[in-house]
Amino acid sequence: MLKIANTKFNSRLFIGTGKFASPQIMKEVLTASESEMVTVALRRVDLTNPADDIMSQIDTGNTRFLPNTSGARDATEAIRLAHLARAGSGTKWLKLEVTPDPRTLLPDPVETLKATDILVKEGFIVLPYMNADPILSLKLQDAGAAAVMPLGAPIGTNLGITTRLQIEIIIEQSRVPVVVDAGIGAPSHAALAMELGADAVLVNTAIAVAKEPVKMAEAFCSAVKAGRTAYLAGLGPQSGQASASSPTSGNITADLDFLD
Amino acid sequence: MFSPPNTIELKAQITSVTADDVERLLVKGSCTARDIPTLLSHAASNYLPQLAQLAEQLTLQRFGKTVQLYAPIYLSNYCSNNCVYCGFATKNKITRKCLSLEEAEREAQILHERGFQHILLVSGEADKKVSADDLAGLATRFKKRFASISIEVQPFDTGDYKKLFDAGITGVAVYQETYQRDLYDQLHLSGKKKDYDYRLATPARACQAGMREVGIGVLLGLADWQIDGASLAHHLLWLRNQYWRTNFTVSFPRLRPATGSFEPLHPVSTKQLSQLIFALRIIDPDVGLIVSTREEETYRDGMIGLGPTRYSAGSSTTPGGYAKPDSAGEQWDVGDHRSLDEVAAMLKRKGFDPVYKDWDSTFQIT
Repeated sequence: MLKIANTKFNSRLFIGTGKFASPQIMKEVLTASESEMVTVALRRVDLTNPADDIMSQIDTGNTRFLPNTSGARDATEAIRLAHLARAGSGTKWLKLEVTPDPRTLLPDPVETLKATDILVKEGFIVLPYMNADPILSLKLQDAGAAAVMPLGAPIGTNLGITTRLQIEIIIEQSRVPVVVDAGIGAPSHAALAMELGADAVLVNTAIAVAKEPVKMAEAFCSAVKAGRTAYLAGLGPQSGQASASSPTSGNITADLDFLD
Repeated sequence: MFSPPNTIELKAQITSVTADDVERLLVKGSCTARDIPTLLSHAASNYLPQLAQLAEQLTLQRFGKTVQLYAPIYLSNYCSNNCVYCGFATKNKITRKCLSLEEAEREAQILHERGFQHILLVSGEADKKVSADDLAGLATRFKKRFASISIEVQPFDTGDYKKLFDAGITGVAVYQETYQRDLYDQLHLSGKKKDYDYRLATPARACQAGMREVGIGVLLGLADWQIDGASLAHHLLWLRNQYWRTNFTVSFPRLRPATGSFEPLHPVSTKQLSQLIFALRIIDPDVGLIVSTREEETYRDGMIGLGPTRYSAGSSTTPGGYAKPDSAGEQWDVGDHRSLDEVAAMLKRKGFDPVYKDWDSTFQIT
């Protein structure tokens, strides 16, 4: 079972709450996805208002509320938003997003590391959104990140796992759960991330802008389960050759005649 | 902290491996922790040439056609431990010797003149004879003459390792001998080394202190090589995961049957030794693999390019043995008696570059 900061999750699908046509559709999506972790941009909600149109649709009994700092341009802004989130909701959980470039919304590695370092010391459970950079991932873990959230492709692009090689290195080296975030545009992308050994994926745009978001949420739910099961089952090797050629029949040049 | 997998479970995993599992792994060409039992299995021993081939490809890709050369300096054979398999054990009546500063200087000078740039300071485990301060003092004196200085001595605390690092020591080798706790307890009769857990956590302490390179290993022949080999591989992967800034090496010291000395409880053949070396290379393409002069010429020559990346050469395992080659009190019999030049010539004949220098003392902070 997925475990982040000693909290267990049955579902490995995290949902983002932006871009939905209505809070009602978002609520149905959350149910259909079976997700237990939902991230909300702090700038979109009024945490002091119980009737807030997004917050009121989140069943915090089954779902963990993960506030995010979307819109923050540097560590100082992100930290300010984090304090606001903790004061308003009481949660220590935080998806840290620092995106100085409003066009690409790519995460700033320097400011993200700086903010992670400070927020962890202040007692936050920090899940940083990051570019798929293996060294940054290690440094964020050293700073105490509870999970790392590398991107598959720039947010909102629906391009899938374009950073595959780096994601594979991040997964191989990681001491904390790896959540592939951003760029996942189709259930097959989510399944691929899970097959590679990611611990979870976060999906928003692909569901929110689908013709039928609730059906798409179901599709992602199945894809994430399928990908995880395939990972655990152990994928067969890939080969360019169509035949089930055995490595025993190839040319063996290593000379072991010197052995007893 | 690292804790080795359960012995019974490991054995079951290794025994249940089939030829099909091995073939799938060979086609895949890379490996994760889950593949450790496969590589060490009996089933895999039928694919030794294929494992060699894969190990050769990975070694070539990562290290090219090079082999690094080093030599040990034995500082002292005094030891406060009683380990049943070791020539330096307290109870053994051997000629004891601890080099004076001048004698150690002489040994270093001889190795320097022979062309060595990487040296390994070795001693029995006796704080009163060779302490952390003594080693730091030697490193300070030696470091201008050598590119790197490593140690294979008693385990220290993190603070001492920091001190040694600052003095110019770049690497620490400490072998668990066997990962099987019960057996470890039986083989280590007395002395500080009896503390299994302190020794097991030593590589991690060296990493925490900032050491550039940390070496681990088991003494082959003490236990079932498959189980100890699998535990060693798990230890390596755990260390690599926790201490990602550190370079790791694995050594493969092997006890050989010999009259008058400790008889290996589980003798390891050269085929088994090779399978373990190929397995470690496939498990971690980046790890440095060391084969010392314990092994004979034929074996060392044959293994060039198939996994090992570092050889000792022209070694004496006696304190003061370079200045006085007939000195008594060696730790183990040397199997390959060739000089540095002879080993280097062999490497060149095989198309490999003997690497004398692959570090520089200016990397060190001090």
